[in-house]
Amino acid sequence: MFDLSGKKALVTGASGGIGAAIAQALAERGALVALSGTREDALAAVADTLGDKARVVPCNLSDPAAVEALVPAAEAALGGLDILVNNAGLTRDMLAVRLRDEDWDQVIAVNLSASFRLSRAALKGMMKRRWGRIIGITSVVGVTGNPGQCNYAASKAGLIGMSKSLAAEVAQRGITVNCVAPGFIATAMTDKLNDRQKEGILSAIPSGRMGSPEDIAAAVVYLASAEAGYVTGQTLHVNGGMAMI
Amino acid sequence: MSDVAERVKKIVVEHLGVEEAKVTDTASFIDDLGADSLDTVELVMAFEEEFGCEIPDDAAEKILTVKDAIEFIESHSG
Repeated sequence: MFDLSGKKALVTGASGGIGAAIAQALAERGALVALSGTREDALAAVADTLGDKARVVPCNLSDPAAVEALVPAAEAALGGLDILVNNAGLTRDMLAVRLRDEDWDQVIAVNLSASFRLSRAALKGMMKRRWGRIIGITSVVGVTGNPGQCNYAASKAGLIGMSKSLAAEVAQRGITVNCVAPGFIATAMTDKLNDRQKEGILSAIPSGRMGSPEDIAAAVVYLASAEAGYVTGQTLHVNGGMAMI
Repeated sequence: MSDVAERVKKIVVEHLGVEEAKVTDTASFIDDLGADSLDTVELVMAFEEEFGCEIPDDAAEKILTVKDAIEFIESHSG
């Protein structure tokens, strides 16, 4: 089950905690994985752990021209593209009344608009090959909301709505489009929270612990697999029960 | 049959999986050849790739038959 031998995958934000774990898990199942991100040294370090299963295709998703070039670059490096994981994301947290336009715009540009452009580019080849998997890493806050994160929550909710629409458009081509919604996962992004914030969040998680990047990666492997071919337009929540939706 | 017509028909046959005999000049992609809306978009993309031309959305909307496609491409590809 869940064999990905011969599949070619692109993971954005692959130097981050969750992205690296996703790349690792896809490679372990046999996929050839293109790692994308802005920090080339960090990408190279992840690539080293994957050996001959990895290719590095750096890209700054804030730059529209670079976004347009990424899928063709990945297709050239891999010899095709079967699985796209839109994982890259950033936060610019601030209460709405103090949130600057540029922090709204940048979060939407990277988390949502870049995901759309990459999906659009990847779909062309997937439609021809009659097989594809697009997986967006959204967030529990895209569904529940969260004070201080109206930009981030909007981008993640947008990813869910976009994925449902794409799923309906391409279902007949053997392509599925789904999201994975992490809850509170131990990464550099959540390390920024102070102890009181962390305590408050942990008390709201029935599992009583933070999730790990590997918890998210396992959900991605499932949705990428042939076995999940009848699952599309869905959001798989991986959050220890903190929101049961 | 012109070279363009031949190539257009070949793409249609391959893409829609229909018999060559059905791909007449007046055949409508949707009504006669069983294409859905995504098929028509894919056909336009395939024409663009084959002929190295760009077919704007408003022109693409008017390409309903095999003949429409041939005429557009003959007048726009260089």
